[in-house]
Amino acid sequence: MSQNGHKVIGTRPIRHDGVDKVTGRAIYGADIQLTGLLHGAIKRSPHPHARIKNIDTSRAEAHPGVRAVVTAHDLPQIADKLADLGEAIVNLRDASNNVLAYGKVLYKGHAVSGVAAINLHVAQEAVELIDVEYEVLPHVTGVLEAMEDGAPILHEDMKTTSMGEETDKVSNVANHFQHKMGEPDDGFAEADVVIEREFTTQTVHQGYIETHNATAHWNEEGQLTIWTSTQGAFSVRDQMSEILQMPVSKVKIVPLEIGGGFGGKISVYLDPVAALLSKRTGHPVKMTMTRDEVFEGTGPTPGSYLKVKMGATSDGRLTAATAYMAYEAGAYPGSPVGAGAGCIFTPYDIPNVQIDGYDVCVNKPKTNAYRAPGATNAAYATETVVDEISEKLGVDPLEFRVKNGAKEGTRRADGPVHPRIGCIETTEAALNSEHYRSSLAKSGNGKVRGRGVASGYWFNFNGGRSAISVSINPDGTINMLEGSTDIGGTRASIAMQLAETIGLEATDIKPYVVDTDSIGYTDVTGGSRTTFGTGYAAHATGQALIREMKERASKLWDVPADAIDFEDGVFSYRDDAEKRGSFKELASQAGDAGGPVVAQVSTNPDGSGGGAFATHVVDVEIDRETGKVDILRYTAVQDAGTAIHPSYVEGQMQGGVVQGIGWGLNEEYIYNDEGSMTNASFLDYRMPTTLDLPMIETIIVEVPNESHPYGVRGVGEVPIVPPPAALANAIYDATGVRLRDLPMSPPRVQKALAENGG
Amino acid sequence: MHAFDYATPESVADAVVMLSDQGKNACVLAGGTDLIVQLRENRRRTDLVVDVKRIAELNALSYDAATGVTIGAAVPCYRIYGDAEIAAAYPGLMDAARLVGGTGIQGRASLGGNLCNASPAGDTIPPMIVLSGEAEIAGPNGTRKVAVEDFCTAPGRTVLEVGEFLVSLHFPAPVPNSGAFYRRFIPRNEMDIAVVGVGASVVLSEDRSSFVSARIAVGAVAPTPLFVREAGDALAGQPVSDESIQRAADLARDAARPISDMRGTAEYRKHLTSVLTRRVVEGAVQRAKE
Repeated sequence: MSQNGHKVIGTRPIRHDGVDKVTGRAIYGADIQLTGLLHGAIKRSPHPHARIKNIDTSRAEAHPGVRAVVTAHDLPQIADKLADLGEAIVNLRDASNNVLAYGKVLYKGHAVSGVAAINLHVAQEAVELIDVEYEVLPHVTGVLEAMEDGAPILHEDMKTTSMGEETDKVSNVANHFQHKMGEPDDGFAEADVVIEREFTTQTVHQGYIETHNATAHWNEEGQLTIWTSTQGAFSVRDQMSEILQMPVSKVKIVPLEIGGGFGGKISVYLDPVAALLSKRTGHPVKMTMTRDEVFEGTGPTPGSYLKVKMGATSDGRLTAATAYMAYEAGAYPGSPVGAGAGCIFTPYDIPNVQIDGYDVCVNKPKTNAYRAPGATNAAYATETVVDEISEKLGVDPLEFRVKNGAKEGTRRADGPVHPRIGCIETTEAALNSEHYRSSLAKSGNGKVRGRGVASGYWFNFNGGRSAISVSINPDGTINMLEGSTDIGGTRASIAMQLAETIGLEATDIKPYVVDTDSIGYTDVTGGSRTTFGTGYAAHATGQALIREMKERASKLWDVPADAIDFEDGVFSYRDDAEKRGSFKELASQAGDAGGPVVAQVSTNPDGSGGGAFATHVVDVEIDRETGKVDILRYTAVQDAGTAIHPSYVEGQMQGGVVQGIGWGLNEEYIYNDEGSMTNASFLDYRMPTTLDLPMIETIIVEVPNESHPYGVRGVGEVPIVPPPAALANAIYDATGVRLRDLPMSPPRVQKALAENGG
Repeated sequence: MHAFDYATPESVADAVVMLSDQGKNACVLAGGTDLIVQLRENRRRTDLVVDVKRIAELNALSYDAATGVTIGAAVPCYRIYGDAEIAAAYPGLMDAARLVGGTGIQGRASLGGNLCNASPAGDTIPPMIVLSGEAEIAGPNGTRKVAVEDFCTAPGRTVLEVGEFLVSLHFPAPVPNSGAFYRRFIPRNEMDIAVVGVGASVVLSEDRSSFVSARIAVGAVAPTPLFVREAGDALAGQPVSDESIQRAADLARDAARPISDMRGTAEYRKHLTSVLTRRVVEGAVQRAKE
């Protein structure tokens, strides 16, 4: 027995997909080999902003071994239409133009043409033979520069929408929105301490190890099959259907194992090009990106500018807060500024709030979801200002957070009222942690040490659509088919919820992620929805199986079904103690009483995904002469609702922290004056390695989500939110200097310390 | 990647003929840790790759306490630091040999390759300079010797003429009361390229209170790894003190003429040159005293 009376939930079984992965047998996109397979490559723009005057593909087409060349003219031109891809709303015309540029290229790396050839080397050679004539245009890559009058305009037909109304102004600002609650001016008038600061963050990438890939086969019947690495097979199907203007019934998506996604593997890039090339040649076509293509041609998360002002009374109550948030959308509208605005002050109960958000196009790749998109940028600003206010007031920063913490009934500035949440419980757990209570020893080698804390919030999306299909084997095991691609251990977490419901072991369930023809529509694995939403479906499936098994037992025992109970994994007839059996015992006979036992369930739960809160504590050591920051100790505390498989909850927390540390200390897209990224490789785009990190300690808090039968809250995203702010606060504690620009890389830290005498 | 021919000569003479016949479009392959990546990424184009790993002289590794060490140009790093005697005699060189790439890369990567790649940031080049390394070159006109500090002429360029290639590197035996040290600065703790790298070798007086001589070389702050003769000369005859070491650090900083790029600004690199030179000379002094 685990806690809360659960038998399976809360235990740590070996994951179902583990052996295949550690022995290299799991099938990824790059493993796909088909008879007659051709290989594709993409021609990309060398300019950040240019009009395409002409594309001459004749030399490439004449190259020996080349089978087909396509451009945007081979794609149907589609009208503006918005589609919800699960983590972001996307205009499908923009999505099509992002797949193959039409008219203009909007960033360096923008795809302009695709080639299929007998092998990859020939395809790459042919790419060099495609002649594109450009009229180079002035470019803009910074968010504030892009907002200025007179800035180069990316979309001549795009007018700014302001506060819900379309204006006449043509600018790079796609949208300005405002959330307002109470009267911030009055709130600041009440305050004894008011702090206002400006912050900048840089473009960062999810950095998944597996690069994007797609293999397409368009057969003679016009049926398109795509094997790919994606967070949502049905989302890929929808995008293919829209971009290629073909019925969904003609498209089948086979999701393969995924080597990391973090939000970045929802939009399609290669898939439509591979499909067009396959249609043209009649052969399957495989395309795989190189690392620099991933950096320059897929969707990172945006750079941003934020100005945050917060006020508190001398007795430590927050009275007002305002935020100005300008996020880079990249080449097409749709930055995560809206999500950032929903998170920026959410760990706090503040009566007077105003938030202004700006979605701004710049000549960089179209941004895409990345783990709690928009929230990390926001928390960097808020949590640094909260640290400064706590210091001014002379109160412990975590006690200040507890005192002002959001709770059930607190309203977010963007509208929703919190259900039962674990914000204060999480902060208290950090406050009481051994790490926070320990004293930080002084450095013995001339370096300086400091400790910082920060909190964070992520919504967790409300369920969404999930389908599960199960069949019972005579030995009592269950084959469980699901549409949720497994990016973080969800085969295990979903199978465990089914096992718990029907009284089996986790290993009795065999979970399979299947293609779009084999299961009902399932939304993307994103928004931290899957263990909640598809887990919800797993619970419902278990309930359906219990009902079905009661029917079977009723026939086998010749008793009424409603007189059969199911308790502690055993079916029993109320009036005869002899008539009883476990799920497994009944399974061996059930087929004789009505054919094979199967069940199909789909759900779309109404309730809250259960907001996730996190508070982190970090100790750093700084070499003042070089500006290098080393992490000595890191503890992440998070409300998981109910931890289905605690090891995978801890893994998500640790993974999020590591990405947040990279974002905080070294990661950034570095652009030169020509608008070109100069560090499009893992060598110079510096993600942390294992040698840069201590073991990340974790504390799981469990405040059950009332909207889920087992109390699940999403856990995957919020752990990336606090780290940059926690690091900034720790650097301040060590040096007395506040850093408000990311990344806090050695040159920046050294310069700041030298200028401020830190 | 473009198609190319591949050859595996077994003698220096055969290699010279192949390289001479092919002219400028031939490449020499030892460990391949730079070359293969450059070819794959179309940063370099070739018609002929000459793999020199089967030539005996390029795999030779011999040490003599009187005359020093000879390291074949294709000898991978792991063989060098794996030899206990050599590792003990040249700890400053080992600092760098253990840094190149990562453990896997060090199974292939060679000092010779690092030198011929002629990256301004090549980690093994500053320590080879301060240890008075000498390169033996074979070519159509026989063999010649060039000091390591004169080997690189520009980023990716060396003194090697058409038909020539590096055969081996020689370092004199360490003298008493001497020590050498190499350290680089990188933003992470591994798997990175030097923002600045500094090598230093010192010879101390018998009572170890003053410098007899010193050599200092700096990487990643100029088009080639830089031998800063004046910084080492400034230490000769001076007492071992914070002041004398700081003066050498200032001279190294003044000699640096770095660029700003994605690895650091010019200003930051100059600052780091001073900081690292001080730390590296202190490290070399410490080793001389051990």
